[in-house]
Amino acid sequence: MEGLPFPKLASERGNMSVLVDNNTRLVVQGITGKEGSFHARACAAYGTKVVAGVTPGKGGQMIDDIPVFNTVAQAVKEQGANTSLIFVPPAFAADAILEAAAAGIKVAVCITEGIPTLDMVKVMAALKNTDCRLIGPNCPGIISPGQAKVGIMPGHIHKPGPMGLVSRSGTLTYEAVHQMTLLGIGQSTCVGIGGDPLIGTDFIDMLRLFEADPATEGVVLIGEIGGTAEEGAAAFIARQVLKPVVGFIAGQTAPAGKRMGHAGAIISGGSGKAADKIAALTQAGVTVVTNIGELGQTVKRVMGYRGRS
Amino acid sequence: MKIHEYQGKDLLKKFNVPVPPGDVAANSQEARQVAEALTEGPFVVKAQIHAGGRGKGGGIKPAATPEEVEEVAHQILGMTLVTPQTGPEGRVVNKVLVEQAQQIAQELYLGIVLDRTLARPVIMMSAAGGMEIEEVAARTPELIIKEAVDPVAGLMPFQARNLAFGVGLSPQLLRPAVSIIDNLYKMFVALDFSLAEINPLVVTKNGTMLALDAKINLDDNALFRHHNLAALEDPEEMDPLEHEARKHHLNYIRLTGNIGAMVNGAGLAMATMDLIKAAGAEPANFLDVGGGASTEMVTNGFRIILADPHVKGVLINIFGGILRCDILANGVVEAVKTVQVKVPIIVRLEGTNVELGREILEKSGLTFTVATDMLDAAQKVAALVQ
Repeated sequence: MEGLPFPKLASERGNMSVLVDNNTRLVVQGITGKEGSFHARACAAYGTKVVAGVTPGKGGQMIDDIPVFNTVAQAVKEQGANTSLIFVPPAFAADAILEAAAAGIKVAVCITEGIPTLDMVKVMAALKNTDCRLIGPNCPGIISPGQAKVGIMPGHIHKPGPMGLVSRSGTLTYEAVHQMTLLGIGQSTCVGIGGDPLIGTDFIDMLRLFEADPATEGVVLIGEIGGTAEEGAAAFIARQVLKPVVGFIAGQTAPAGKRMGHAGAIISGGSGKAADKIAALTQAGVTVVTNIGELGQTVKRVMGYRGRS
Repeated sequence: MKIHEYQGKDLLKKFNVPVPPGDVAANSQEARQVAEALTEGPFVVKAQIHAGGRGKGGGIKPAATPEEVEEVAHQILGMTLVTPQTGPEGRVVNKVLVEQAQQIAQELYLGIVLDRTLARPVIMMSAAGGMEIEEVAARTPELIIKEAVDPVAGLMPFQARNLAFGVGLSPQLLRPAVSIIDNLYKMFVALDFSLAEINPLVVTKNGTMLALDAKINLDDNALFRHHNLAALEDPEEMDPLEHEARKHHLNYIRLTGNIGAMVNGAGLAMATMDLIKAAGAEPANFLDVGGGASTEMVTNGFRIILADPHVKGVLINIFGGILRCDILANGVVEAVKTVQVKVPIIVRLEGTNVELGREILEKSGLTFTVATDMLDAAQKVAALVQ
């Protein structure tokens, strides 16, 4: 079968995942800060190859055995970094994202919460001329259990397996993962795409990657009030996704006009309501769970999961 | 962050968007003085609250003379104004804007919002001024002309022309219209607005264009670079508990129900509200203590939840990732030392340091019910309200 252009079946592939894997070489931007150093160590402890850190002016320092550089370009040149995890404060985050893209980073994960929206308008326009994929901002990051963790999620609740997960929320993702893992259902890749109004990677981007990924057999999609990204995802699922999708939408009881923690979680001008999103996803054939407590069980039922490990 | 009409108009003036002559007043004598300083009447007295539909609730009134302005201002100031946007509880009016009334020939709508899908600011203009734009969009979407602005090129003159001609303005109004559109966009970008609406933008009978109203929202995330704008916040417009929570960097929103919730993470907090509702109760609040909460923040959050007299029980739902369960538990124990707890508490802890957290709560002597997971928590909430 060697050399044929067909993707192998999931059962034949041990090490598939999307966005991050064993080939990930991570640079942490803002590594000398409190959060940056803490999570650089946590990612390394999980097994991610953390090859560099960047803090302008602190080049030459070491965080454990991770060398710190002044620029991302140096980290790419000296250490072959191909993925970035960004912890810099909101005022400097747009700069950090575009520095990563300019240095040739392929996947930039921005954890920072509170970036001015008009900064992101510029970033999104500038990124179109690069081949860098931005995840976030205001997100927990990406994990491919057993391979690489590029984010702030607790690694130990995850388990390798067949489910892809994409979510606008952090802790809600942990909740969903925890329920699945307790039932013996593992995950191929979990991506928090972020709670801001403008994000680099959306549901449709992730659904496309999961649909094409042989190691992913089904998808869990966790949305929330605000915007129309879930409606867009529903239309895409109806046309292009064959794998089963289980969904949940947070904020069924959220009042209109109030920002529910996330900058993007607001019902405005009659748009962004949970009921509309649930209806659109259901229409598209997604199994939508209305009580988050039933998510794990529902995934188990929909996938006809046999509890393999 | 929302600001008042009079504050918005002050900003518009600075960016050369014409507004009617007038000024703000905090009492009826001041209102009369504002009117006297204006060259001629008639006048209009407008209640300054952060909600639309003020006219329908009796918050906008005409006055022929400065004496009448004083009288009308006396009626409006201190009233609890109820509009379709305030909810039944209404808002107390603390300030009025006194302006020269205008002879209106035509009313238009001009607004700028962020389009999340396009990731660009979109300028909208409509000939159906004075109506809610959502209503126009639902009934007659063809009346709304839109131009998305490329952040690199900026607003191009042809786009402003498309808008002005698109809403049917006559060629002699092109220059003032293009200037207003251009200046409003410049403000939107320079001051980091998240919303700018001039509704209505009017053409007066003598052919000038003026912003008769100004609804401006600022991007909270950008306030760090606009300290003078941050000072425009009016604490009177906020729920006192929400204002208190903000001081402690807590994301708290007061709701009308009876079960309080303390949760980490916005998504999980919303899902917990939904769970409370599904269990047959109503959520009393949204509270996200955040990923990096300290013991002090948890204490304050707990105190704020319990300050709401409608709360008949509290569900603490924490999935410890970055926020460790022991920190949460210490915060709750600290809070209980300072606040009288008279309502039942249900605790669901999971994640990092969960054993330690449970142990701290058990040893505290605090009476609470442990829920093992989300479904169990829902059942225990349901039992509470029965």
